[in-house]
Amino acid sequence: MDQFLQQLLNGLFLGSIYALIALGYTMVYGVLRFINFAHGDVFMLGAFAGLYINKALAPLLGVLPWGLSLLVVLLLSMAVCAALGILVEYLAYRPLRHRPRLNVLITAIGVSLFIEYTAQYLFGATPRSFPEIIPPHNVPGLGALTITSTQVIVLGTALALMVGLRFIVMKTRLGLAMRALSLNPTAASLMGVNNSVVISFTFGLGSALAAAGGILYASLYPSIDPFMGVMPGLKAFVAAVLGGIGNIPGAALGGLIIGVTETLVAGYSQDIGIPSGYRDGVAFVILILILLFKPSGLLGKVEREKV
Amino acid sequence: MKRQLFLTASLSLLTALAAALSGCKDSGGGSTTEILIGEVASLSGGTATFGQSSHAGTQMAIDEINAAGGLLGKQLKLITEDDQSKQGEAGTVAKKLVSREKVVAMLGEVASGRSLEMAPICQKAGIPMISPASTNPDVTATGDHIFRVCFIDPFQGKVMAKFALSKGMKNVAILVDSKQDYSVGLSGFFKDYFKANGGTITAEQSYGSGDKDFKAQLTAIKAGNPDAILASGYYGETSLIAKQARELGITVPLLGGDGWDSPALVEVAGKAIEGSFFSNHFSTEDKSPRILEFVKKYQAKHNAVPDAMAALGYDSALILADAIKRAGTTEGKALRDAIAATKDFDGVTGRITLDEKRNANKPAVVLTIKDGKYSYVTTIAP
Repeated sequence: MDQFLQQLLNGLFLGSIYALIALGYTMVYGVLRFINFAHGDVFMLGAFAGLYINKALAPLLGVLPWGLSLLVVLLLSMAVCAALGILVEYLAYRPLRHRPRLNVLITAIGVSLFIEYTAQYLFGATPRSFPEIIPPHNVPGLGALTITSTQVIVLGTALALMVGLRFIVMKTRLGLAMRALSLNPTAASLMGVNNSVVISFTFGLGSALAAAGGILYASLYPSIDPFMGVMPGLKAFVAAVLGGIGNIPGAALGGLIIGVTETLVAGYSQDIGIPSGYRDGVAFVILILILLFKPSGLLGKVEREKV
Repeated sequence: MKRQLFLTASLSLLTALAAALSGCKDSGGGSTTEILIGEVASLSGGTATFGQSSHAGTQMAIDEINAAGGLLGKQLKLITEDDQSKQGEAGTVAKKLVSREKVVAMLGEVASGRSLEMAPICQKAGIPMISPASTNPDVTATGDHIFRVCFIDPFQGKVMAKFALSKGMKNVAILVDSKQDYSVGLSGFFKDYFKANGGTITAEQSYGSGDKDFKAQLTAIKAGNPDAILASGYYGETSLIAKQARELGITVPLLGGDGWDSPALVEVAGKAIEGSFFSNHFSTEDKSPRILEFVKKYQAKHNAVPDAMAALGYDSALILADAIKRAGTTEGKALRDAIAATKDFDGVTGRITLDEKRNANKPAVVLTIKDGKYSYVTTIAP
């Protein structure tokens, strides 16, 4: 029983990271109806930005309490990646806005490869060790279960960011504009919404979330490299589809489901007869099943294509 | 019109350049002043320190030979290609070295999976290849041109199994990297010997190179209460495994093979890896004059203590040089025969005699990690 609970916890923490990345995918899709495949790479850039910011500000961060230094690193890195996200949209996607959607999709794959290999050129292909910003210790009083302080902080930050995102989308004027744009871009611009600003903002917000995800992921698994975003990016994409792409609570739910399923498969591989090395495959089997039986996702609305 | 002229001009310039370049290449290999030796190393990527160390060791040996006047009246030239620790890339760059650079012999790789890609290419081209540190038995089984200067995994697996039993560890869990031939082989050989001699395997879990989360596997392993965990993969994943094991409250030591030997292991894992054991090719604590001299020279040059990959890289180049000297030629068949005849060569990693299977029979040392440094525990002979 303890073992099962522990596995659930492991899955929950892993899933919260997937959820955070999935939010970025789903938000951009919700507004623009296209998958930004470079999202996982912005996630990687977030982790590297965190590494360098931590290094550059080491004298300052040394005197701050760790909570505050985490916040500083997190916010600065989110700002850097938001700027990068806006830049990528401006340079790569904006010129293609009125082209067929497939063009943008292929461009996104190109952007993803470009970021990965530029990062390899700049940072080197050797995995780097990520600094311990959060002091490691186990949360006491849980009996046989173990949770580290890092995991608690990661889950807390992820939840706070999700709630913050929900607030921005549902309660602010920009959020209203985003929703209007996602319903009907032409009508939105007729109502005085500046589409370009809203789209830039969406990209900035999504990239900031990815950066936060990158730092949290690197805090849990402190070894970062230019290709670290590929797998989590793909899984977060599956999570977004599972929850219903374009749906924000759906992405969070999808992330948690993928994280828990993957962990349970790896943890009970001997009992169910699937080698634990196949854990990555599980996410993609789920993707295929969802596409077969409920293409709109768990919380997604069925949309009819208008002819 | 103008544009066409420009095109023609640049095209002819390119052709001339290509001709000049290929002219250079054609004279390679059989050049009158240089002997070209190819090296494939993982200078970047997941096992970057392997390639960097073995390259540093290899280059040091080549430099020493050149400083002493070279071989057959020529200087040696090492042409190194980085395979980025990627499966698939090693074969590509090995092909390039063989067909374009026309090297006379090949040194590398450290990882068995990547050596297994290079071996058929060298075998087919009739070029001898010496792997410094690939321990999977299949590597040299590829053909009669493939050699290695290290021990092999059946032996290494036995060493760790023997060691575990001698320490009273009767129940061991195994965590294997299913994407690496090395890890799969080592785990299998460990298991065979361990079970045949009264040990019990409590759990067998696997992961794939590049994974970051091992908590699911470790939680399952923890339930079986093992006395130790064999983490037979490479250092990158092992350091994260050690960290996560400690986070989950697993206090038993980890066991591993020579794939752990990298400064990055201690750097990433920190305290989590303290008290764990792994088998290796040599110990820098060894007081034999040969090792002392090597460590001193290496430190003077690289300002770091050499690891086993550096020592093996050094030995692999010296054995090749010794064979070229004895063969008196760089022709493939004669060179192969000379390497095969290597006997009692006094290497840094021990006395090297290549057996009929083209493997080196050498004792292994068991090291532990203490205060962030390797500490010698015992030597186990074949």
